[in-house]
Amino acid sequence: MTKASIAATTKTIVKKHGRDKSALIAVLQDIQGAFNYLPKDALKAAGKSLGIPFSRVYEVATFYNAFSLKPRGEHIVKICMGTACHVRGAASIQDKMERTLCIKPGETTSDNKFSLETVNCVGACALGPVVVIDTEYHGQMTMNKVDKIIGKFKEGGAQS
Amino acid sequence: MKKITNALALRQIQEDLKKNYDPNKQMVTICAGTGCRGYGCIKVKDSLEAEISKQNLNVEVRATGCFGFCEKGPLVVVHPQKIFYQRVGERDVADIVTKTVMQGEVIEKLLYRDPVTSETVMKEEDVPFYKKQKRLVFGSNGIIDPTQIESYMAIGGYTALAKALSEMSPEGIIDEVKKAALRGRGGGGFMAGTKWEGCRKAHGSPKYIIANGDEGDPGAYMDRSLMEGNPHSVVEGMIIGAYAIGASHGYIYVRNEYPLAVVHLTMAIDSARDAGFLGKNILGSKFSFDISINKGGGAFVCGESSALFASIEGRAGEPRAKYVHAVEKGLWDKPTVLNNVETWANVPLIINKGADWYASIGTEKSKGTKIFSLVGKINNTGLVEVPMGMKLREIIYDIGGGIPKGRKFKAVQTGGPSGGCIPESLLDLPVDFDKLYEVGSMMGSGGMIVMDDRSCMVDVAKYFLAFLQEESCGKCVPCREGVRRMREILEDICAGKGTEGDIDLLEKIATGVADGSLCALGGSAPNPVLSTLRYFRDEYDAHIKDHHCPAGVCKALITYSIDPEKCTGCGVCIKVCPTQATSGEKKKAHTIDNDKCTRCGACIESCKFDAINVK
Repeated sequence: MTKASIAATTKTIVKKHGRDKSALIAVLQDIQGAFNYLPKDALKAAGKSLGIPFSRVYEVATFYNAFSLKPRGEHIVKICMGTACHVRGAASIQDKMERTLCIKPGETTSDNKFSLETVNCVGACALGPVVVIDTEYHGQMTMNKVDKIIGKFKEGGAQS
Repeated sequence: MKKITNALALRQIQEDLKKNYDPNKQMVTICAGTGCRGYGCIKVKDSLEAEISKQNLNVEVRATGCFGFCEKGPLVVVHPQKIFYQRVGERDVADIVTKTVMQGEVIEKLLYRDPVTSETVMKEEDVPFYKKQKRLVFGSNGIIDPTQIESYMAIGGYTALAKALSEMSPEGIIDEVKKAALRGRGGGGFMAGTKWEGCRKAHGSPKYIIANGDEGDPGAYMDRSLMEGNPHSVVEGMIIGAYAIGASHGYIYVRNEYPLAVVHLTMAIDSARDAGFLGKNILGSKFSFDISINKGGGAFVCGESSALFASIEGRAGEPRAKYVHAVEKGLWDKPTVLNNVETWANVPLIINKGADWYASIGTEKSKGTKIFSLVGKINNTGLVEVPMGMKLREIIYDIGGGIPKGRKFKAVQTGGPSGGCIPESLLDLPVDFDKLYEVGSMMGSGGMIVMDDRSCMVDVAKYFLAFLQEESCGKCVPCREGVRRMREILEDICAGKGTEGDIDLLEKIATGVADGSLCALGGSAPNPVLSTLRYFRDEYDAHIKDHHCPAGVCKALITYSIDPEKCTGCGVCIKVCPTQATSGEKKKAHTIDNDKCTRCGACIESCKFDAINVK
């Protein structure tokens, strides 16, 4: 992805939102949708087209948990840390996931296959503990299931 | 749909639609809420459709919003008999179509079975989980298709809007909402009518209204299910509110983690606009109003009003001091009314059925019903809607079916991170805004997390403080530093490094944080600590004085051992242990080396003989 093409994509996104300063968060969400993270060049281009200083863009990009300034893996593994999941053992699932993927939350595996994230609550409390991989919900998680599910993704057998 | 230009035309269309949506017609509804999607309901729906077309039947399969009984999903109801099937899989589809749909035969094994009496229950309304509920706001979720405006109109949707515009003045609507004593469902419990009146009288234009769908309390998902399952009820409530206040534009602020809610709300807004319920000259009146959706960025503090305004304005969601109320200076410093999603969904009910009817439900100062998300260590996990004033015991035992695996109830946590833990001795407490506050908790948005004797209350307090520390925006010192310090103390206590003065210090910091913080996040942040200290002080003492975690949760204070009587020597624990702490010969009782053991729980999870003891 070249600097020019990042800037071009960003400009199209900004235009879609009517160059409206208040649409900054929506613009950043779309940029992350396009690149899977927020490239520095995109942030600069967005600030320029919207007339917002880069420092302000950076402030917003780092304030909200949903944004990532680092490239993320092919699959995003989100562990729900909501209260219902917590009392049903989400911490053990997180430990196990960290051991299985050999990364901590916020990190990406060296083969760029998985990024691990924790999320406050995905609102699927009946399924707790819950792990969401990309858009798929995996409920009633056990440590045993962690290996099985990640194994499937590694083989490329699971749908993303 | 063609634009509807008056109340009469709306009634005519509703009548026509009712014929198509006849409740006596054969139909299969399937819950397509997020919970049931997690269980694979979309595959069940697809195969139901395939089987029905294979059998050449003219029977609609309708994917609806969340039915609420998430524990037993995927849920299917066969109409018109209303036969209620639970835990339905693809394997059951052929039987459901050929036996139940075609011949009216009931499939016994798919029915709900009462765990106490072992009797099966055929109809949804007879299942104990539903029996004591009063599903006024949430009830339509299981019958309408949230992607079709026609489906909502067929059950009388938008009648309240037509009534409001053609028969009522804005002041009349505000009076009705005030008389109904509708209180905000998002946490504060402020009188909605008073807020509306303040905004209507405020100088400045334009005026805005906002639906707060930034459901950040972990363990609460009722707003999600409303936005996903009955988005038009929220939209209709907002349009009525906008007319009453004199607002020209509205926003729905939805959590980033709720993609399906965004999809369904977008469809609802677009189709409402097409039908003439949004846009210029709504239903032929002089009133114009429109709604747009803002997706949050995953920051808990944005549930707070002034932080939410900042977020909609495209800035970091930092709260500001509220010397001037939002009804006078809110979004873009203009008069703004912010109400929670569930509050808006109550409005059409009040307009349709009147304030007197509404105020007849509930307690003296808390009217109507409330949707709770009953989760955690409970048999019947799900969303329950009950009249205000129902006892905690009824909700947890009669509706929730009690605690799984015969364990003992310890506490129920309400009100999200700002709330508190309520002990067993207070189970007969009638649940309403004021009673919960009196016992040191709060209503919050309606999360109800049940904990059993294997939940450590110090760990729970630590969990909430960790949550709040991460979510603190960092603007004011008492919250930023105080919450961090409290968390550190709790971490020390859980790690067995607690000292005698810790509890006093916790209480002192708590007072400082509560008094000195700018917004409600900091103001209520000490609640999880204060309420657990109030009711479970002995657990804190056990951690600090005896270096013992009675619930067996805090890893530094527990040891694992293998019961030689129960262990069969199968070797599974050796296989799953990540640190090679378990050892032993096959068919002989194994042992655990506690120096190597990290207390990860892998052996407990995999032992089929319940042979691992935690002390």
